[in-house]
Amino acid sequence: MKNHVWRPLFIVLAIVAGILITRTLLVPDDFGIGERGYMYGWHRKSNEAEWKKYPVKYKTATVCIECHKDKYDDIKDSPHGSISCENCHGPNYDHPKDPLGLNIDRSRGLCIRCHAYLPYRDSARAKIPGIDPVKHYPQAECIMCHYPHDPTKSNPKHRNPEVKS
Amino acid sequence: MVHGEAWTLKEFFVYPNEYIYWSIQIVMYPFMTGLVAGAFVLSSLYHVFGVKQLKDIARFSLVFSLALLPVAMMPLMLHLQQPQRGIYVMMTPHFTSAIAAFGIVFTTYGLIVASEIWFVYRQFIVETVLELRAKQQKTAVESARLFLYSLLSMGAMDLSPEALHKDERAVGILAGIGIPVACFLHGYAGFIFGSVKANALWMTPLMPVIFICSAVVSGIALCIVTYIITMEIRKLIFARKRRNNPRLPSTEELKSAEIQVVTMTAKYLVMFLVLAITLELLDLIFRTYTAVKSWDILRSVIYERDFFKIFILQYGLGNVVPFIIFLRPGLTIRRALVGTLLVLMGVFMMRWNVVIGGQAFSASFSGFMEYQLPIWPSTLELFKEGLFGALSVIITPFVLFFLVTRILPVFGIKDSH
Amino acid sequence: MMNRREFCKKTMIVAGGLIIPLSALEVFNPRRLYAEKNDKGKVRWVFLVDVHKCVGCGFCVKACKIENDVTWDANVTRTWVERYVITRDGQTLIDSPKGARDGFTSQKIDQAHAGLKDVKPEDIAKGFFVPKLCNHCDNPPCVQVCPVGATYQTQDGVVLVDRTWCIGCGYCVMGCPYGVRYFHPQLHVAEKCTLCYHRLSQGMKTACVDACPFGARRVGNIRDPEDPVTKIITTEQVNVLKEEFGTKPQVFYLGSSMEVK
Ligand code: HEC
Ligand code: HEC
Ligand code: HEC
Ligand code: HEC
Repeated sequence: MKNHVWRPLFIVLAIVAGILITRTLLVPDDFGIGERGYMYGWHRKSNEAEWKKYPVKYKTATVCIECHKDKYDDIKDSPHGSISCENCHGPNYDHPKDPLGLNIDRSRGLCIRCHAYLPYRDSARAKIPGIDPVKHYPQAECIMCHYPHDPTKSNPKHRNPEVKS
Repeated sequence: MVHGEAWTLKEFFVYPNEYIYWSIQIVMYPFMTGLVAGAFVLSSLYHVFGVKQLKDIARFSLVFSLALLPVAMMPLMLHLQQPQRGIYVMMTPHFTSAIAAFGIVFTTYGLIVASEIWFVYRQFIVETVLELRAKQQKTAVESARLFLYSLLSMGAMDLSPEALHKDERAVGILAGIGIPVACFLHGYAGFIFGSVKANALWMTPLMPVIFICSAVVSGIALCIVTYIITMEIRKLIFARKRRNNPRLPSTEELKSAEIQVVTMTAKYLVMFLVLAITLELLDLIFRTYTAVKSWDILRSVIYERDFFKIFILQYGLGNVVPFIIFLRPGLTIRRALVGTLLVLMGVFMMRWNVVIGGQAFSASFSGFMEYQLPIWPSTLELFKEGLFGALSVIITPFVLFFLVTRILPVFGIKDSH
Repeated sequence: MMNRREFCKKTMIVAGGLIIPLSALEVFNPRRLYAEKNDKGKVRWVFLVDVHKCVGCGFCVKACKIENDVTWDANVTRTWVERYVITRDGQTLIDSPKGARDGFTSQKIDQAHAGLKDVKPEDIAKGFFVPKLCNHCDNPPCVQVCPVGATYQTQDGVVLVDRTWCIGCGYCVMGCPYGVRYFHPQLHVAEKCTLCYHRLSQGMKTACVDACPFGARRVGNIRDPEDPVTKIITTEQVNVLKEEFGTKPQVFYLGSSMEVK
C-alpha cells in the first residue's frame, strides 16, 4: 500500500468489528428499550418475568383459617386480632406439606416488639399496654401466663395460679 | 459480611444500607487516569505546541502514558463486584450514565496513544528490522526480536524522507486530537462524581475542571519523578560503562541536561497547580458562602473531621510547600524531587478527600462514616479494596514501563521528531 | 500532498467508518428514544406510609427479609424502620438497630460508634417511627446512572435489578439519595426493594403490607381513582421524602414531620 499512514486505522477497525461481533453473541435478543424509554427502561425484558416468578412465601392469614379454625376464632376478636398468624409463626411456604408444622416462637423477644414500654406519648406505640421487659417476670416466657391468641385470657396450656383469668 | 462493612465505622445515625462502597480503588482510579492524561498532555506540549525544551521528556512521557494506560483500568476491575462482566459496558452501554462512555473513551484514547507511539517509533522499528535482517547468523533471541519488530512495523517499511515527514504530521495530528480526548477522559472521571446529585460534596459543575487541572499537575509531577530516577540510573550505568567507552556523555553533561529539562517542566507544573488550587478554593468559598442545607454536615467534615487530611496534607504539604519549592530560584534536582513527590501526594490526598470524604457523612445528614483502610489481606475482598490492592496498582505502571522500554527505548535513539 | 478530491474521498471514508459502529449500537434510534415517558399503562404502583400508625414492631422488616431471601444476619435490608426521638431542647436522635428487624425493645438510642444514648422520658418532646423503603421514583437517579442497563423501571413503576447483568460498580448505590440500595452479600450484585413484584403481579400485596398489623403500610395503584390509597393521596395532606432532589418519589407519607431525614 502506498500510504502507510492509514495502517493503525485498520487495527482500529478490526477492534471495532470485534466488539460488534461479541456484542451480537453476548447480548440477549430481548435487551432493548422498555416502556420507560432509554433513560429508565434500558433492560433485558425477560428479567421482569424472572422477578414475577419469584416464590411467594408469606401466604397471609386467610389460608390458615381452613385448618386452624380454633386459633382463628380465638384471635379474631381479641386485642391481637389484627396480627397476622405468619408474623408469629413465620411464613407458610407450602405448609402443611412442607414444612409439616410451622415454627412456634415462644420467646419473649416476639412479644416485646410491641409491648416493651417506650415513652413516646403521641405515637401509636403508646396505645399498646407496655411493660418493662427487665422487670415484668423476666424469669419466664410471656406465654407461660398470657395466651398469645387472646391475651385477655391466661394460657390454658400453662395454667398459672398467679395470673388473672 | 456485607460489602463495605469491614472498613466502615458508623457514628450517630447512618441509613442501615449505607457503607463506604467506593473505597481505595476508586481513589486510585481518578489518580491513575489523571497520571495518564497528565503524562500525555505533557508530551503533547512538545508535539503540538512545539515547546522545544520539552523534547527530551516528551518521548519519555508518551511511552509512560502508554504504560499507565492499562493501569487506569486496573482499579476499576479490582473494584467491580462482577469484574468478569465489565465488558458489558461496551455491550449494552447506557449513555445516561457517566460510566457508560468509559469503555469507548478509554479505548479511543488508548488507540490514539498507541498509534502516536507507532508513528514516533516507526523509523526505529524499521531500522531495527533492517539491521536484524542484514545479520547472517541470528541467535534465537534475535529471530524473536526480528519477528516482533516486523509485526510492529505492520509492513510499513518505507523510510523515504517523504514517508518520515508523513509520520511526523501524523504524530502532530494525533497529539492534537489526543489532548481533548485526554482531557475528556479525565474531566469525565470528574463528571462521574460531580453528577451524583445524591452526594452533597460531589455535586458541583466545577468537579470535571478541577479533576483535569489536578490530573495534569499529577501527570507532569510523575513524569518529572520518573525522569529524575531514570536519569540517576543512567548516570550510574554510564559511569560504569565509560571505563570502556569514554565517548559516552559524562555525568556532568547528563546532569546539566537533566536540570534544564526539570526546570522547564516544573514551570508548567506550577502553572497548572495554580489553576487547580484556584478552582478548589473557589468551590470551597462558594459552599461556605451559600451554606445550603448540606453545609452543616459538610462543614463538620471539612473543618473538623477531615481537617488534617484536607488542610494539612492536601493544601499545605501538597500544594503550598511545593509551590514555594518551585518558585524559589535555583532549583536543584533534589529539591525538584521533593517538590514533585509532595505534589503527587497532594493530588492523591485530593482524590482521597473527594472520594472518601464524600462518603464520610450519611445521606441523612445525621451521622458520619469513617473509612478504615484494610491492611492485611485476609480475604480476596480485603486485598482488592485494601492497601495491597492499591500498592499493586501503583507498582504495575513501573513494571510495564520497564517492559515497554525493552522494546521501545526512550533514550539514546536518533529521531526525526 | 493530497488534492481536494482525494481529501473529500478520505473524509467520506472516515466519516462512514465512524457512522457504521454508531448505527450498529442501535441506541440512538430517535423513534424509540422518544418512546413515551408518560406511558399510558393502567397500573402505576405507589406506596403509602402512615407514620401515626407505626409502633416500631419491625414485623415488616422481618417479613421482607424472609420473603425476599435477604440474608437474615447481614446488616443490610430492603426496608427498615427509623425511630425519631426529639428532645425538649431540640435535639433529634435517630436510630434503626439492625434496620429494626427485631423491633424497638429498648429506650436506649443506638448511636453506632458513639454508643447507646439514654434519654429521660421527661426530656422527650416527641417520639415516632418512620418506615422506609425504595421510593420507586418517577425519575429514579439510580436507573439513570447504571452504565449497562442492569437496573430499570417497569411500566408499572417498579425499579428492578437484573441480577445476571449487574457489573457491581456501585454507581446506583451512590446515586440513590435515600440509601435503599446495597450489595447482595452472597450474589454480589446491586440489591433493592422490588415492591414484592412477584406478589403484586399475582394480585397480592407486598410482604411488608401484609405483615403490618396496624395498617401503617399500604400499596395501591395511583391510576385507579377508586383505589383507597389513591383517594388518600389525592385528598389528604401527604408528603414525600427529599423532594428537592427532583426524583419524584412515589412513596407517600401521612403524618411525616420535618425532622424526618
Ligand atoms: C391444609 C391445612 C393447613 C393449613 C392451611 C395450615 N395448617 Fe398449620 N398445620 C396443619 C397440620 C395438619 C398441622 C400439624 C402438623 C404436625 O402435627 O406436625 C399443622 C401445624 C401447625 C403448627 C404447629 C403446631 C405444633 O403444635 O407444632 C403451626 C404453628 C401452624 N400449623 C400454623 C399455621 C399457620 C400460621 C397457617 C397459615 C399461614 C397454617 N398453619 C395453615 C394444617 C394446616
Ligand atoms: C402474637 C403472636 C401470635 C399470633 C398472631 C398467632 N399465634 Fe399461634 N401461637 C403463638 C404462640 C406464642 C404459640 C405457642 C403457645 C404455647 O405454646 O402455649 C402459638 C401456638 C399456635 C399453634 C399450636 C400450638 C397450640 O397451642 O395448639 C397453632 C396451630 C397456632 N398457634 C396457630 C395460629 C394461627 C392459625 C394464627 C392466626 C390466626 C396464630 N396462631 C396467630 C403466637 C401467635
Ligand atoms: C404486633 C404487636 C403485638 C405483639 C407482637 C404482641 N402484642 Fe400483645 N397486644 C398488642 C395490642 C395492639 C394489644 C391491644 C391493645 C389495646 O387495644 O388495648 C395487645 C394486648 C396485649 C395484652 C393485654 C390484653 C388485655 O388484657 O387487654 C397482653 C397481656 C398481651 N398483649 C400479651 C402479648 C404477648 C404475651 C405477646 C407475645 C406472644 C404479645 N402480646 C405480642 C400488640 C401486640
Ligand atoms: C409469671 C407470669 C407472667 C409472665 C411470664 C408475663 N406476664 Fe404479663 N402479666 C402478668 C400478670 C399477672 C399481669 C396483670 C397484672 C399486672 O398488671 O402486673 C400481666 C400484665 C401484662 C400486661 C399489661 C396488661 C394490661 O392490661 O395493662 C402486658 C402488656 C403483659 N403482661 C405483657 C407481658 C409480656 C410481653 C410478657 C413477656 C415478656 C409477659 N407479660 C410475661 C403475668 C405475667
